Amino acid sequence: MTSKRKEDLRLDHKIIGDMIESESMVLDLGCGDGDLLEYLTVSKDVKGSGVEISEDAIYSCVEKGLSVSHGDIDSGLREYPDLFFDYVIFNQTMRQVHKPKEAIKEALRIGKKVIVGFPNFCNLSARCQLFFGGRVPVTSSLPYTWYDTPNLHFLSIKDFQVFCDTSDLKVETKVFLSGKGRVKILPNLFALNAIFQISGR
Amino acid sequence: MSEKPQKDGIGIVATKYFNLPEGEKFVLESGIKLLELKIAYETYGELNDRKDNAVLICHALSGDAHAAGYHKGDKKPGWWDEMIGPGKAFDTDKYFVICANVIGGCKGSSGPNSIDTVTGKPYGLGFPIVSMKDMVNAQKKLVEVLGIEKLLAVSGGSMGGMQALQWTVSHPDMVISCIPVATTYKHSAQQIAFDEVGRQAIMADPTWEGGDYYEKAHPSAGLSVARMIGHITYMSNGSMEKKFGRMLKKEKLGYEFTTEFEVEGYLRYRGDSFVKRFDANSYLYLTKAMDYFDLQKDGKLTQAFKGVKTRFLVIAFSSDWLYPPFQSKEIVKALKLNGIDVTYCEISSQYGHDAFLLEFKEETKLVKYFLDNTHKKLGKNK
Repeated sequence: MTSKRKEDLRLDHKIIGDMIESESMVLDLGCGDGDLLEYLTVSKDVKGSGVEISEDAIYSCVEKGLSVSHGDIDSGLREYPDLFFDYVIFNQTMRQVHKPKEAIKEALRIGKKVIVGFPNFCNLSARCQLFFGGRVPVTSSLPYTWYDTPNLHFLSIKDFQVFCDTSDLKVETKVFLSGKGRVKILPNLFALNAIFQISGR
Repeated sequence: MSEKPQKDGIGIVATKYFNLPEGEKFVLESGIKLLELKIAYETYGELNDRKDNAVLICHALSGDAHAAGYHKGDKKPGWWDEMIGPGKAFDTDKYFVICANVIGGCKGSSGPNSIDTVTGKPYGLGFPIVSMKDMVNAQKKLVEVLGIEKLLAVSGGSMGGMQALQWTVSHPDMVISCIPVATTYKHSAQQIAFDEVGRQAIMADPTWEGGDYYEKAHPSAGLSVARMIGHITYMSNGSMEKKFGRMLKKEKLGYEFTTEFEVEGYLRYRGDSFVKRFDANSYLYLTKAMDYFDLQKDGKLTQAFKGVKTRFLVIAFSSDWLYPPFQSKEIVKALKLNGIDVTYCEISSQYGHDAFLLEFKEETKLVKYFLDNTHKKLGKNK
């Protein structure tokens, strides 16, 4: 991971932090090394839990004092009571969930609000690679080739918006990011990443 | 991840004994009252002034109170020495660690080989059947005598994990955190079946004589077979294959019924060394207690954990087929559904059930930080 990308992620974390109320209950699905959860615990005093598939990442989380569960997101979701969390977060992990629609439905069962952070497959650079290069895009937010990608789903900002509209989900807030900062104009063209906060209607 | 260099171990330790004060009775789950109760235990580290740093370690089927350090003259340390000591997972510079022999056992606590003062002879099968709850209640007596109101943690592997879980259900207000390792919330049909074969091996030994063998030859052959079966369930197919494969003790097959394969020799050795240090009747009592173990309430595990406030760190091992990870996951699920703070890790290991006595590095990474964090949080809440 380059330092530039790390900064980008930190901005991710900051934006997610801004979306979250202090002292709330948070579940981070696919929490990795627990950097976001740790940030939210320290800066927002949240009571956080994580779900993570990598054993090494579990050790990092425990070292940080976080409560984490070793397992996959799809099955991890079913194990919590209704509306137990204030926020359920999928930050850069939705594309690895087997059944995103069901996962979001479950997330809205166990949490009042769901935050989804995902890379935009249809930003300008990706479109150019596809149109002019005739290649499947490889971008800083989607840095994998077809044969080594962990991603099962590819979506654009527009795709997610349409999904929310047709699935009767309310978009509470949405933030778009390029490599440098926020994107305000034509996000589906210029943003590399998007963060949506949604709730059920 | 940088690991702090581990300091020397605890050094020389000795087993201590607690006797139930005269006139007091110890009521078992079955309703039977024990007029005498002796508990063998060891402690490591110091209890702090706030008395909030006590950690109870519960041993497995063949374990004892000697969890860490060396007994005078011994070459081998206690059974979880790699985990308990200065700078280790259960850091004795920070925590006061207690380990007691379970009742029904044969390592100093009251059990079938204890002398019944009424008859002046060992109890044998006259000793009442004990349960996981009884083991925990006996430990509670000891913990209270040591002046401890709340335990920072209760931990153990296998049968020790069952006790740790039972603690949180029986005495939820006394347990701040719980670390069950390679264990289950109930014995399954398969687990009961393996135990029953072990018991039948002992009881089929003609020298067993209904458990009344203490002044005669002990049922060593039966107990040895029981232990051999046990050992098969403690290893994984992979670890056995790696360790023994089809290796022979001699150069070629002898076409005779002797110990020919290395794995046969290993099991016999394990069986033979076990009978020197374990009582056959205790084996019957402790396996029975495990078979009786079922934390579920009204057939539901979720019900059992209602009202529990303990933090949990649940650890399972990928190749453990005696207490497979799915059983630990069911514990985790029931805890989560009760809104209980839980961390779960399935450590990838080749060693089968034995992993909990071998995968120290990974266990340490989890236990050390979990305990530190639990202790720190405790300070904050005060």
